[in-house]
Amino acid sequence: MKTPIRWLLYCLLLLLFLLHNDFWLWKTPQLVLGLPIGFLYHIGFCFAAMLLMAAFVKARNDWGEK
Amino acid sequence: MNLAVIFLYLAVVLVLGALSHKLFRNTGEDYFVASRTINWFVLLMTLFGTNMTAFSILGASGEAYHRGIGVFALMASSSAIVVPCVFLFIGTRLWRLGKQFGYVTQAQYFRDRWESNGLGLLLFVIFVLLLIPYLLIGVMGGGGTLTTLTDGKIPQWAGGLLICAVVLCYVTYSGMRGTAWVNTFQTLVFMTLGGITFFVITNRMGGFSNAIAKVDTGLLMQAEHIKPLELLTYLCIPLCVGMFPHIFSHFLTAKDVGTFRYAIILYPLCIAIVWIPSVLLGILGNIDVPGLKGAQANNVLIQMIGMHAPGVLAGFLGAGVFAAIMSSLDSQSLAIGSMFTHDIIGHYRQETFSEKQRIWVGRLFVSGVLCITYLISLIATPSIFRLAIWSFTGFAGLFPIVVAALFWRRSTKSGAFAAIISVILLWLYFFLRNWQTPGYTVGDTGIMPVTILIVASSVTLIIVSLLTKPPSSRTLEKFFAVKSENV
Repeated sequence: MKTPIRWLLYCLLLLLFLLHNDFWLWKTPQLVLGLPIGFLYHIGFCFAAMLLMAAFVKARNDWGEK
Repeated sequence: MNLAVIFLYLAVVLVLGALSHKLFRNTGEDYFVASRTINWFVLLMTLFGTNMTAFSILGASGEAYHRGIGVFALMASSSAIVVPCVFLFIGTRLWRLGKQFGYVTQAQYFRDRWESNGLGLLLFVIFVLLLIPYLLIGVMGGGGTLTTLTDGKIPQWAGGLLICAVVLCYVTYSGMRGTAWVNTFQTLVFMTLGGITFFVITNRMGGFSNAIAKVDTGLLMQAEHIKPLELLTYLCIPLCVGMFPHIFSHFLTAKDVGTFRYAIILYPLCIAIVWIPSVLLGILGNIDVPGLKGAQANNVLIQMIGMHAPGVLAGFLGAGVFAAIMSSLDSQSLAIGSMFTHDIIGHYRQETFSEKQRIWVGRLFVSGVLCITYLISLIATPSIFRLAIWSFTGFAGLFPIVVAALFWRRSTKSGAFAAIISVILLWLYFFLRNWQTPGYTVGDTGIMPVTILIVASSVTLIIVSLLTKPPSSRTLEKFFAVKSENV
């Protein structure tokens, strides 16, 4: 993996860890799409984690090793 | 009717275990790590199923009943990011070392990495002690579920015995391959049943929108029940996955390093599929069954099913809970059996085992572990359930050791010993003072004790390693000449 891409992915990973702490929704019980907004946010977080992991997997080039 | 469903489920489990035996190669490597031939789908399902216990179905609902939506952030979405990272950065490297040097247990690796028999022995003892409460929770949780579902007609001891007997049959007969196949089926069962249960119950409650509108708004936000520092530091708990002996065994079963790709990508999705219905149903339980105190809430899901969909669905839910319990219990008992076989008997015995002896010693220890666990479950009190989080805390506290072993050439056996001792002392300090306090955090600040353990073990490992002699150049060459990944 090229170094700039590697660092970009590490930065995104760090950002995702920071975004896990959704303090800005801490006191909001509002429903969005029928779900509490804080709950919906963390469902979205799971999908964001999945996409980032897919990017890590895509960027790594030694998967063919037996 | 519900008993018929549960027995049907158990019969399918036994048939799958028996079928997998057709591929058995009669070698120790096949018995303990399925000859390292497991494909991506089975690896994903086994890694996920092994990590999900009865807690993910019943305990999560119980916690959400009291603490609301914050439970999802605390326990589910934190795992959705941390656990795939452990697979990516730790699991793939451990697989490569296991494949190259023929490792079957963690102690074998750590012993070689730091040239210390004592270190391997110490870790073996700690792993076994930390896994015992985890095993007990499965046996007791399964027995309790069966008792509740049958209105006490089947006593708890009989339910626990049933679970142990079924696990004993397929693990001893088919080893890791049987365990992996059965785990795959079990994981599919509890992933599917969670969703079905959610739709049936919310439909009977007049639709999800109607039901959620009746819930106290305090449960629909995190502020009232979770402290910010708790959310932040709870991210350390899933690191325990990097030190679980049963997860280590599953890492080694992968056919090649590429097999990990889908487990890394799809793990967060699996987490969402299981935890979304569990947490939401727990919150809605406040409408159907108000006023539950403490651990009573762990039965909220079973009570809701009894109200809205008794009979077959209750049987399916029982099967789902059994699936979650057994998919952890089988891997854990096989891992402990493997540790006794390789780290104690195999390592300290003068003569080497024949392949046949190795398999039979493994079977003997798996049987012994399950029998002893069952016997302890007969006398253990329900307070054992509080030990779960402490078991995770202990494993997570040891996580810096595997990181140092893999990434830091300069780390030493003294550093590793010192880190382990710091974890033991701090764990005992926090545990003995606070294990009776549900949801304990340090000084009531929200900081989870696991964070203190990880910081202390990391600092101790670094300082002591820098002050002591590193491993020989031959050992360093052996472990760091292995082609390392670029992530």
